[in-house]
Order: sequence, then structure tokens, then C-alpha cells
Amino acid sequence: MTTLTPAPPALGWTTHDTTALIGRCIRRSLRQLDTVLMAVMLPVILLLLFVYVFGGAIQTGGDYVNWVVPGIVLLTAGYGSSTTAVDVASDMTGGIIDRFRSLPIRSTGVLTGHVVASMARNAVSTALVIGIAFLIGFDASATAWEWVAAIGLIGLFVLALTWVAVAIGVVASGPEAASGFTFAILFLPYVSSAFVPPESMPSVLEAIATYNPITPITDTLRGLLLGAGAGDSALAAVVWCLGIFVVARLAAAVLFRRGQ
Amino acid sequence: MTAPVVVARGLRKSYGDLTVLDGVDLDVGKGEVLALLGPNGAGKTTTVRILSTLLRPDGGTAHVAGKDVVRQPAEVRAAISLTGQFAAVDDLLTGTENLHLMARLAHLGRAEVRTRSAELLELFDLTDAGKRVVKTYSGGMRRRLDLAVGLLSRPQVVFLDEPTTGLDPRSRNDLWDVIRSVVAEGTTVLLTTQYLEEADQLADRVAVIDHGRVIADGTARELKRAVGSAHVELRRKDGTEERLLTDGSVADVRRILADVERRGIDVEHWEVRSPTLDDVFLTLTGRPAESPVLVASRES
Repeated sequence: MTTLTPAPPALGWTTHDTTALIGRCIRRSLRQLDTVLMAVMLPVILLLLFVYVFGGAIQTGGDYVNWVVPGIVLLTAGYGSSTTAVDVASDMTGGIIDRFRSLPIRSTGVLTGHVVASMARNAVSTALVIGIAFLIGFDASATAWEWVAAIGLIGLFVLALTWVAVAIGVVASGPEAASGFTFAILFLPYVSSAFVPPESMPSVLEAIATYNPITPITDTLRGLLLGAGAGDSALAAVVWCLGIFVVARLAAAVLFRRGQ
Repeated sequence: MTAPVVVARGLRKSYGDLTVLDGVDLDVGKGEVLALLGPNGAGKTTTVRILSTLLRPDGGTAHVAGKDVVRQPAEVRAAISLTGQFAAVDDLLTGTENLHLMARLAHLGRAEVRTRSAELLELFDLTDAGKRVVKTYSGGMRRRLDLAVGLLSRPQVVFLDEPTTGLDPRSRNDLWDVIRSVVAEGTTVLLTTQYLEEADQLADRVAVIDHGRVIADGTARELKRAVGSAHVELRRKDGTEERLLTDGSVADVRRILADVERRGIDVEHWEVRSPTLDDVFLTLTGRPAESPVLVASRES
């Protein structure tokens, strides 16, 4: 009886292993398209609700649909992160993580697989949400470069939020708990500039909204999509995204190793 | 015993005040099947997790396939497979996809990924089910697939942690057959079980573990002999029972039955019973092995 011990260079195997693990998560996503659908439907329902029911009463100095779409796009990423947290948590609490850890691979590749699949799912759901926004009269007047910048910012935000979801999935006691934690994230946009101008809020909430990371990110995205340029909040937006990404990424890695 | 493939000396592990392992010594020879038998919480799973590098011991040493589980975990992992209590397979992938994924991660060659997977599906009677998503599998099928995944890279040592816990009797028998065919290939197997019959059926040698210590070690036959000889068990019509010691020979059983007849006992049922491993446990620990019923319900 022979033992197949891995010999070739570690870097080559890491790429090989990560590719296999990404393939796994993409397959899983394709088999639960309903979760992607939910991640599109819920923000679209909110979009319709805000545009047609509340929007008429909210003064934003322009068409409300143009005001609210950037926030809805960020919210879409929030709903998407719930799927990621649940997937990671079920890996961590089911037996499969022991299997991965007993293989001659760098087991953090499991997380990379989930992150890449999450980015892919979010690309689909964000595109669908923006498409529906156009159908109900969203009037983006962004230049090509502004579109590139907007997509880059959305990508960065999704990446940061995905790692937050992964970290939550790693520590959660199970899929249900993971889902509950991410639900909390979904409330962040409400006390920000996503739905209403912070100036219209009571002073305490206005202060919270001003320092809520969702505010500079929404403002920058809004400026870009409406063709008004990135504006003053761009730096804050990017720094927030990068900061959240770095902290969440480190936390996920440390928590993942601690679980060993 | 040939040169041992698994050697553990004085393994210790505690969680706070709770001592789970209190100096476990084990040897498993090449090609041998050792059953680690004990009730819930005796330290079986902890021992297996340490031997398969998933857990660091607080004290003691362990070598698997000649490698130190603490200092050379990667080498140990390359030589073993672990099948745990909860089937470690991906529910959303098909059986074949599960095998292909794990074969790639075990760094098998491109062609071998396919041939070995097909071979194992065949061996485990899962060829047809291989195209289906694992979510649709029965408990027994999942466990078989899990075991198949563990055998992809032809490990030298296979750890089976309660392989049949939670399975119905028929699936258990099927899985036993599969384990026997694995054993027939000469693989060294360390299995944990709380089913006394399972240890008796599958293992060359049984190590009885209780409160984190190995309290007895030998063949099932040796253990039974240590407990004592056979006995004749009588149940009277009034429901009372009587046990009479015998050496099991025809002459002795005839003498006992003649005696029973002379005493005019109204016997409803009688049988000659060899000691079971249950009796072994009772003798060694002064209490019966605990029921596995609660564990089975954790499956859901």
C-alpha cells in the first residue's frame, strides 16, 4: 500500500487547492440560487417601497429614486453577506472542517473559496438590483470613469463586508446564529445618508449618521453614479472599506486558527 | 505484534477542571484493527482527535506511521484518514463531486482523481447515487460516502470515530461489510465504538477505555475469558431467573439440566450464554456500559 505524500512546491499546491475550493463554493452557490434570488428580492422590495410609498414624502432636492439607489446597492451586499456567514458557519460546525484540516492543504483556503463565491454572487445580485433600478427610472449620468470608480468602490465594500461575514461565520455557534449576527448589519444603513438626508434627523441620530461608515460610502457612490464626481467623502469611504477589510480579514484568520 | 503503526504513551488532556484523558497508552500493529470501546465521555473521540492531529495533547506523546503528531502534523495527515461521528461531506455536491474535490485536495494526479473515485463508488455501492446531491442521501449512504472520501489517498491508518452511531441496524451491517473489505486490503484501523457487538464483530483487539484511561486491552475472546466462564440461564414460568456457572462442555450442561429437572423447576426458557462484552464492562468498571441512545439523537 502506497502513501501519496505531497512533494511539489507549496505555492503550486496552494493555487491548485484554492482553485478546487473556489470551484466547490461556486457549485454550492449554483445549487442554492434561491438564496441569491432572496438577496436580490429583499433589496428590490425595499427599493420599490421607498421609491413609491415613502419617497414622495422625503425631501432630497431631486428625484428620490436617484437618492436611494446607492443605499439599496449597499443593502444588497448586506443581504448577500448573510449567505456567506451561514455557509461558513455550516462548514465550521459540521464535520467537514475537520476533513479539510486533516488534508495536506493550507486550510484557510476554505475561507478563500467562500470569499470568491461571495464576490461572484454579489456581482450578480448587484447587477440585477441596478438593472431593476434603471427600469423604475434611476437616472445615472455617470461617465465611464465614474462607473469604473463606482464599481470599484462597490467591490471594495462587498469584499470588506464578505470578510466580516466570514469572521462571523467562523465564530458563530451555528448557521442560525451566523444569520442572526448579519441581520444586525442590515440596520446600519437606516441611520446613515442611505435613505434620508442626515440633516433631517434629530441631532443625536444625525451625529451617529455622520460618523456611520455607510454615510461616506453612500455619498461617494451617489456622487459617482449621478455624475457629480466622487466628492469630499471619497477618501473616508475608501479608508473605511480598507480598514474594515483588514480588521475583518485578520480577525477571521485568527479565529479560524484558534478553532483548531 | 508487528511494529506498531500507532503508538500513544501517557496522553493527557483536560478542559479546565475536567480531565478527559488521564494517561492513555495504545499500540496498534500494522494491518491490525483495534476497537477503542467505552461509554460516552470516556475519552474515545478526544484520543482519536489527538492521534489525527486535530487536537494537541496536554501531555504524553503519540506517533502515527512513525511521525510525531505534535511535531510533524503534516506528515501524519498525509498518512491517515479520519471518519468522524458527523459525516464530513458537502451536502450540496453530488457524491462524485465530493470525491473529486477531496481527491484533488489530497493531491492525487488528474487521472487518478477519476479512477480512484469511480473505484470507491463501486466498492461502497454508490455508483448510481454518485450523480445525486448528497442532501438526498440516507444516513447510511452519507456514512459510506464519508468513509470512501477518507480512503481516497490510500491511507496507512484509518481512524473511524463511532462509524455506525445513529444508523439503523441494516445500514450498520452494510457499513460493517464495507469496513471489513477495507481491513482486507491490509489497512490499519483504529475504530471507536460504544457498541459492544461492533467491537466484537470488527476488531482483532479491543481496548476498553473509561474515564480517560485504558482499563483493559486484549482480544475480545481474552476479555471474555477474563470475566469468567459461560453460564446456563434459566427463566421460570413465574418470571424469576437463575444463572448457573458451567464450563460449557456437553457433559457439564447435561449435568446441570438433569439437576434442574430433579429439582422440579418449571422452566419456560433456557440457554447457554457466553459472556458478552457487556459483561466485560460490568466486571471491569462495576457498572454497565451506558446506553448510546442519547448520542444517536444528536445526529438530527
